Amino acid sequence: MSLTIREFWTAIHGMMLGAGFLLSFSGGLVGLYNLKSNILTLEGLRINLILLKWGMSIMAVFSWLTVITGTYIVYPWYRAAPPEGADLSLYPRSFLKANPALSGWHVFGMEWKEHVAWISPIVATAVAYLVWKYGPELIKNPKFKKIVVVLFVLSFLTAAVAGLLGALITKAAPIL
Amino acid sequence: MTTQNTDTSVKTGPIAAAIISSGIGSMFIGLMTTGAVLSPGLKNLLNLWNPAGPLTGKTTVGILAWLISWFFLNSSLKDKDYELNKAFILTLILLGIGFFFTFPLVFEAFE
Repeated sequence: MSLTIREFWTAIHGMMLGAGFLLSFSGGLVGLYNLKSNILTLEGLRINLILLKWGMSIMAVFSWLTVITGTYIVYPWYRAAPPEGADLSLYPRSFLKANPALSGWHVFGMEWKEHVAWISPIVATAVAYLVWKYGPELIKNPKFKKIVVVLFVLSFLTAAVAGLLGALITKAAPIL
Repeated sequence: MTTQNTDTSVKTGPIAAAIISSGIGSMFIGLMTTGAVLSPGLKNLLNLWNPAGPLTGKTTVGILAWLISWFFLNSSLKDKDYELNKAFILTLILLGIGFFFTFPLVFEAFE
């Protein structure tokens, strides 16, 4: 049982950072939902707000690290051009494009994933900023909370699209 | 556009600035994605680092657009109120443009 350096970084990108962001989403959503003065005591609201501030901030950091490791570490290995006569299984993009049954994973899957993923950390950072700076407003202003929740969900959805496509593309053409 | 907002106890201008600028950044990622297909010159210009290709430039432009617009919007709105519904709708429109132009069936239609 061992991993190549490429498999290691692919795992860091997808299974630690990306999955970490996605898995924390439900906690963040519950935390936002629970910020209600009619179900929590003042102390409960205070503690929840602290957890949300740090949770959202850590999620935003995870989101940035996911896209940065993906773009600047893993993606170059994915898109590297094979030399003449090379084993294409070592060059995932070329491998996928050479096979009509698999080319969609690149033409649609990777092309969508690599671009849409970058929207997630931008929106996640805006959410973290709003929670950090305007936390008490989440309790007092339902309209503001709804805006934050929707943006938080959109950040999750873009990351989920990227994560799902990444997992499936890796299955079709792993980076070895 | 600034209007009086009596719903919150804080100025809503900075909130609007934060969310609208995130939409602007997302929109620019979409515009650069489709733009790189439309213009080989732009595609070359966006290739900031060859191993990762034009994706580096597309996302760098998007991030710069986000941060610069946030700075300017926040500077102009920080002591003002801005109707949150309008800011939210504008943000969703900008995000929608970003999603639209990063969708392969859209930008690949220009190839």
